[in-house]
Amino acid sequence: MSAALLSARSLYCERDDRILFEGLDLNLSSGEILQIEGRNGSGKTTLLRILSGLSNHFEGELFWRGETMGEAKESFLAELVYIGHQPGVSDLLTAEENLKWHCALHPSLDASLIEYAINQVGLTGFEDVPAFQLSAGQKRRIALARLYMSNAQLWILDEPFTAIDKLGVAAKEDLMLKHLSKGGSVILTTHQDLSAHMPLRKLILGQSKEAQYIEQ
Amino acid sequence: MNNKDLSASGLFVATFRRDLVLAFRRKSELVNPLIFFLMVITLFPIGVSPEPDFLAELAPGLLWVAALLATLLSMESLFKADFEDGSLEQLLLSPQPLFMVVLAKVSAHWLMSGLALTLVAPVLAVMLFLPFEGMPGLMLSLLLGTPTLSLIGAIGAALTVGLRRGGVLISLLVLPLYIPVLIFGSSAVQAAITGLPLGGYFALLGALLALALALAPLATGAALRISVSG
Repeated sequence: MSAALLSARSLYCERDDRILFEGLDLNLSSGEILQIEGRNGSGKTTLLRILSGLSNHFEGELFWRGETMGEAKESFLAELVYIGHQPGVSDLLTAEENLKWHCALHPSLDASLIEYAINQVGLTGFEDVPAFQLSAGQKRRIALARLYMSNAQLWILDEPFTAIDKLGVAAKEDLMLKHLSKGGSVILTTHQDLSAHMPLRKLILGQSKEAQYIEQ
Repeated sequence: MNNKDLSASGLFVATFRRDLVLAFRRKSELVNPLIFFLMVITLFPIGVSPEPDFLAELAPGLLWVAALLATLLSMESLFKADFEDGSLEQLLLSPQPLFMVVLAKVSAHWLMSGLALTLVAPVLAVMLFLPFEGMPGLMLSLLLGTPTLSLIGAIGAALTVGLRRGGVLISLLVLPLYIPVLIFGSSAVQAAITGLPLGGYFALLGALLALALALAPLATGAALRISVSG
């Protein structure tokens, strides 16, 4: 219990009279990746939104470092990077302007690393282009650039690799490994297979309503 | 603590600047309330009567109603784009006080709508033959009243941001709360024309503004959480 960074007890959620999951227990320790799998509409995004504290439509309890989420909310948010379904990138702003605002919102992001992060995600030369002129993958990369600037403990990533090319995915996997080696943790959903050397744990949201863990 | 205050005010500045940049890049939304204001004031004499005495009598109320509706019209866009691109989620997940971000967004929005309306109002007032004595009353009452309208409108905008067609609902939610501002605002202009003392009206408008300033960002923040959670 005390070792777990983020844990959930008997989560229950229903959407439109359909039970997405019930009795879901979940533990995440530092240095661990949890991949949430399931078919479209099985509640992956909903679960991530619940875990990040965006959604209140659930029953059950959440704990952050052993404290209930109600008490630990502020310290939890200070140590969280969440990249959602919508990447949080404003179309009319350039990559740099977008990231600057994110730095102001989240003190865990280091504003002095903006240039480095833009370089790392391969957007050098596009700093001054408004995001609506960029491709879907490039826009996603602006959102992911935050990971290069972050010293947050927990990353919650909803489909982070949508529209990202193979090289980009490999680079993000390396970044995640580095994050894990520093004691960080990741929860993500993706339909892509991650490379085999990731220390991965899977949570499968299925039609049986029972979540299932697979250790790799 | 000091450091925390510093980053919160940094957040205010960053959000304020971001929203101004966004407003300037989204020109149509910037000029929409002004065009609406202009259209109502120019069409009214054509539709009703161009008689100077008649218009002068209606001018205070008409200017205020048009400014109020123009503000209301612009409210819907306050959180819309941020909701659609996910920025709103990021904003809610910030460990920084939500109050500051909301206040910054509303301030930027007011600068683009309420303040702009206040600055255009004297020109339109001349078109309606508003007596010159009424001008300071008009300007000052709009200057004190429109921020209140923006702050209250933000609550409605936050509550309806998740809905497909929230525009009508905002009006229903917010209009009753706009009425006191409208009453004291247009009365201030009337009083200015007739030479009555204005202090009382401005005190009331100021009190409404202070109340809205303290409470509306909190309500807006709570409403945003509900909308994003849904």
